[in-house]
Amino acid sequence: MNPTTLQVIWFLLISILWLGYFVLEGFDFGVGMLLRHVARTNPEKRAVMHTIGPVWDGNEVWLLVAGGATFAAFPELYATLFSGFYLALFLILAALIARGVAFEFWGKDDDPRWRATWEWALTIGSALPALLWGVAWANIIRGVPVDAQGEFNGTLLSLLNPYGLLGGVVTLSLFAAHGASFLSLRTTGVIEERSRAAARALAPMAAAAVVAFAAWTIVRQGDHGGVQAVSAVLVVLAALCGAGAALRAGVRPGVAFGLSALTILLLFCGIFADLYPNALVSTGPGPSLTLRAASSTNYTLTVMTVVAVVFVPIVLAYQAWTYWVFRARLGAEDFGEIHSPIDLLARHTGGGREADADEPAPTAPGAS
Amino acid sequence: MTIGMAVFVAVCQTLHYRTGREVYARMTQFWGKLMLISFAVGVVTGIVQEFQFGMNWSNYSRYVGDIFGAPLAMEGLAAFFLESTFIGLWLFGRGKLSPRIHLASIWALAGGTMLSAYFILAANSWMQHPVGYKLNAGSGRAEMTSILDVLTNSTALYAFGHTILGALATAGMLMLAVCAWHLLRRNEIDVFGRSANILLGGVTVAALGTMVIGHFNGQLMERQQPMKMAAAEALFNTSKPAAFSLFAVSHVEHNPKHLNVNIKIPHTLSLMATNSFNGKVEGINDINREYQRKYGPGEYAPIVAVTYWTFRFMVGSGTIMLLLAAFGFWRARSGRLLDSRLLLRLLIPAAALPFIANSTGWLFTEMGRQPWAVMGLLRTDDANSPIVSSAQIVVTLVGYTLLYGVLGAIGGRLFVREAKHGPRTDVPPADAERPDLVLAY
Repeated sequence: MNPTTLQVIWFLLISILWLGYFVLEGFDFGVGMLLRHVARTNPEKRAVMHTIGPVWDGNEVWLLVAGGATFAAFPELYATLFSGFYLALFLILAALIARGVAFEFWGKDDDPRWRATWEWALTIGSALPALLWGVAWANIIRGVPVDAQGEFNGTLLSLLNPYGLLGGVVTLSLFAAHGASFLSLRTTGVIEERSRAAARALAPMAAAAVVAFAAWTIVRQGDHGGVQAVSAVLVVLAALCGAGAALRAGVRPGVAFGLSALTILLLFCGIFADLYPNALVSTGPGPSLTLRAASSTNYTLTVMTVVAVVFVPIVLAYQAWTYWVFRARLGAEDFGEIHSPIDLLARHTGGGREADADEPAPTAPGAS
Repeated sequence: MTIGMAVFVAVCQTLHYRTGREVYARMTQFWGKLMLISFAVGVVTGIVQEFQFGMNWSNYSRYVGDIFGAPLAMEGLAAFFLESTFIGLWLFGRGKLSPRIHLASIWALAGGTMLSAYFILAANSWMQHPVGYKLNAGSGRAEMTSILDVLTNSTALYAFGHTILGALATAGMLMLAVCAWHLLRRNEIDVFGRSANILLGGVTVAALGTMVIGHFNGQLMERQQPMKMAAAEALFNTSKPAAFSLFAVSHVEHNPKHLNVNIKIPHTLSLMATNSFNGKVEGINDINREYQRKYGPGEYAPIVAVTYWTFRFMVGSGTIMLLLAAFGFWRARSGRLLDSRLLLRLLIPAAALPFIANSTGWLFTEMGRQPWAVMGLLRTDDANSPIVSSAQIVVTLVGYTLLYGVLGAIGGRLFVREAKHGPRTDVPPADAERPDLVLAY
């Protein structure tokens, strides 16, 4: 039984929400992971945080809406998936919570231990979801144990199979490289140099992971009822874009950033194409959950379509505008520590004093 | 709390935009900083809410997802995007955006928080009073027949008014406590006196409105969820006229034969619930018998001790808030607020009142619905995730509790510290270099 038109529309729409989430939050995960690496002093760290400060929260909402839309359009999928991936989702949520408050709390105290705590919360809170999302999606297309009642009957450990772990490595390395390219575009001076170096190191790793994942995915499809042409083409294209991003990383950050965004897009398009017309693949004993079986009624889908047609363009417009407003590059010199209004006045009159008490970062090569 | 603070910051900024006076800029900056701390802790809980139905209540999600998912998805599309995007624009956009657009973004943020409250209350109200659905015998699921009925559910509209006004009163009381602390010390009288004047009037109106709507809410509840009403009053036997119990002590056991101590005001409950002095109010035991006929054997009453006391704490806290705010408003109108030291001293611990009212109010409305997850359709026992083991639930419950506990404690500490710190002595003009650093991290 093929899905109805409305079900296809909603499958596409939810796919788009996930794509938006991974492309956007992908780079702010990357920035979070790299914070302590590319920024050594407090003004540098502040500059790095400011590159994603205005937008990370809006990026995260893509995930909330993907979850809410899945609930509204495919409640059976929502119920099976979210109760089945229980602990993995809990870890993701805990990480996102810790990360979310880290932004706000970090600057509230000068104590180095306090700052280090929240920097690590940001680093781990970015890395853990980046890893787990890849694990989760690789498993959704590879198949997870679903019983005859449509309930997941595995554990957290059944998600940690080799293919799933490779999926995790792909998203982790890809988001890190994506974030490094983003930082190369949005910062100046020493932060930009370190970001370019990080991008040069990370993009080839990400490319290798994507190539391996693409190859494995095609082989896996061949073992299970034949290669799916559309999906195979998309993952191969993703691998090519990943390789292209690796070549341009650190040289042409704009191109590299565009290519890594494209890699994420194509890779997940390939994953969704692989999944269609299922909502969740089962390795047994029960059947896979099809979109048709997972879906809400036509009436609900129609209502939601109207809502989406009205709101999605508006949301896209104001989010795009936000990126336009905050397009300026940032550097540590914008963020000398302000301890008192006098510093601020000094800044206005151009007589800035070195208010930053941190040790200057070692600039000798290899000193880290 | 965030809803109310966002509205107040928007008001301060509007005043500054209109008058250009520096005192309003400083008010905006100071209250804005405090709002951000509460927003940071509040916003991260939204994710859990969006995911928990699938994680912990998968049977519920399967059964009513066709109806219940829609308002949640709308909340995300219409409200969460608005809030999260415009907080960024407001926080970092000072000086980058024109003052008019910057002002519009704080109002967009405040509007987003309210929209979010509306959709989530529409979803919750559907659980209290399901409308606009039919049961599909084939699939065994509830299916939506009218989104308009779901979104204009009478329960939702009353709950929205009650909750929003309550939220304004909550934030107002909290901010008044901060004002009182500073006014007792004669700090920044201009900033805090002005804030207190606006807030006292606002809280008086909001608390009064909360109560008025709450009263009609109660009458609606008597019609839609008589069991909840009876449990709120610990009224076991249908009475005509029904008295309102002020204070009751009994054995905590379920359905006691008698209440040991029960101070009552005759006729009052009839009047409150039915608008007539001798109206009939149904009792727990009678409703239980009726439900057993309707839904089969079982116990259909919530834990009466909980509903009875949460209801009284809610109403009691609200009443004290109203009295304090109204008295303070009158003192402020006659320009004697600064000399009302006792009132100012009382206002500081009074910040706890709205939180008591909020928490007990939610406990009441959710506990009062038990044993139903969806009134008359689905029992809570049948709503959970069958495959999620109790060990997993314990792990995550402890995990979330620790996480929220730690973050709440840190957030609270930061809030108090920032609050005591007072407003900045200068707020750089929006055309200064990096004016956004006034608020941003």
